[in-house]
Amino acid sequence: MTPSTAQQAVDAIDRALIVATQGGLPLVTRPYHAIADSLQLDPEDVMRRMRRLHEVGVIRRLGAVPNHYAIGYHANGMSVWDVPDELVDPLGEFVGAFEFVSHCYCRPRRLPQWPYNLFAMVHGKSRDEVELQVAQIADFLGEQARSHTILYSTRILKKTGLRLAGHKTAE
Amino acid sequence: MDQIDRDIINGLHGGLAICERPYLEAAQRLGLSEDELLSRLARLLRDGVLTRVGPLYQIERMGGAFTLAALHAPAEAFEKVAQRVNALPQVAHNYERDHDLNMWFVIATETPAEIEEVIHTIERETGCSVFNFPKSREYFVELKLKA
Repeated sequence: MTPSTAQQAVDAIDRALIVATQGGLPLVTRPYHAIADSLQLDPEDVMRRMRRLHEVGVIRRLGAVPNHYAIGYHANGMSVWDVPDELVDPLGEFVGAFEFVSHCYCRPRRLPQWPYNLFAMVHGKSRDEVELQVAQIADFLGEQARSHTILYSTRILKKTGLRLAGHKTAE
Repeated sequence: MDQIDRDIINGLHGGLAICERPYLEAAQRLGLSEDELLSRLARLLRDGVLTRVGPLYQIERMGGAFTLAALHAPAEAFEKVAQRVNALPQVAHNYERDHDLNMWFVIATETPAEIEEVIHTIERETGCSVFNFPKSREYFVELKLKA
């Protein structure tokens, strides 16, 4: 379940395509032709390059990205858990498999302020729903979880996603 | 938002083809005309229901780096700190959360070394200590919410 993180070669033209599309595809009938026009490239080359970026995983997905608040997921809880380091991998795999967990990572503790090493993002229509879901994780972890808490997001301050600087021409 | 909007959001989660007319292809799957799909997408973006239509890039595959970081902003300085954090183009997402560490943000950079530079910049500009939580292991990532 852990994706490969093999790095992929991205040349200057790929990079220009990423800069041109990272804020979104043009909403026109032929978006790749529009991009090709603006970059003075061949549309077939643009599509071929975009397909390659998708195949190798530089593009994680290509579609519509909803604002989860706007589609009714008002409760977004980052549940964080303090579990024994030697068990974090198998426990993380199990917690990540719950259908309501969208992201699950092991991250370092920052003691004394932050004892938690397992992060599982849980989304629900309400905080009650999130709490029921977190209770399921707590049941599963049992005594392996020495402590946990939920950090609810109360406001999106920024959500732009990746932004490469447009002026660079690095490889 | 009506049922057609919901169908569009659910149907286009990862479903845009890379072809000459991707919206036409998607519209046919959804039983819509290309024009209607385009105008609905424009409206959903304008209304903030969608944050983007297009590719989501994974910067680590290009040699870049991602990290999750957090800080405690004092209540009276919160908006100013948020402004300064958000002003950095390397900050991809930023959320207010109800915890002593009340601001959590994702930093995405083109090189791993740049993460530390961005963290130092944020500390210098906000006066807040930044806690860096780089992932040591990823178990699952698939945000798929049904509208």
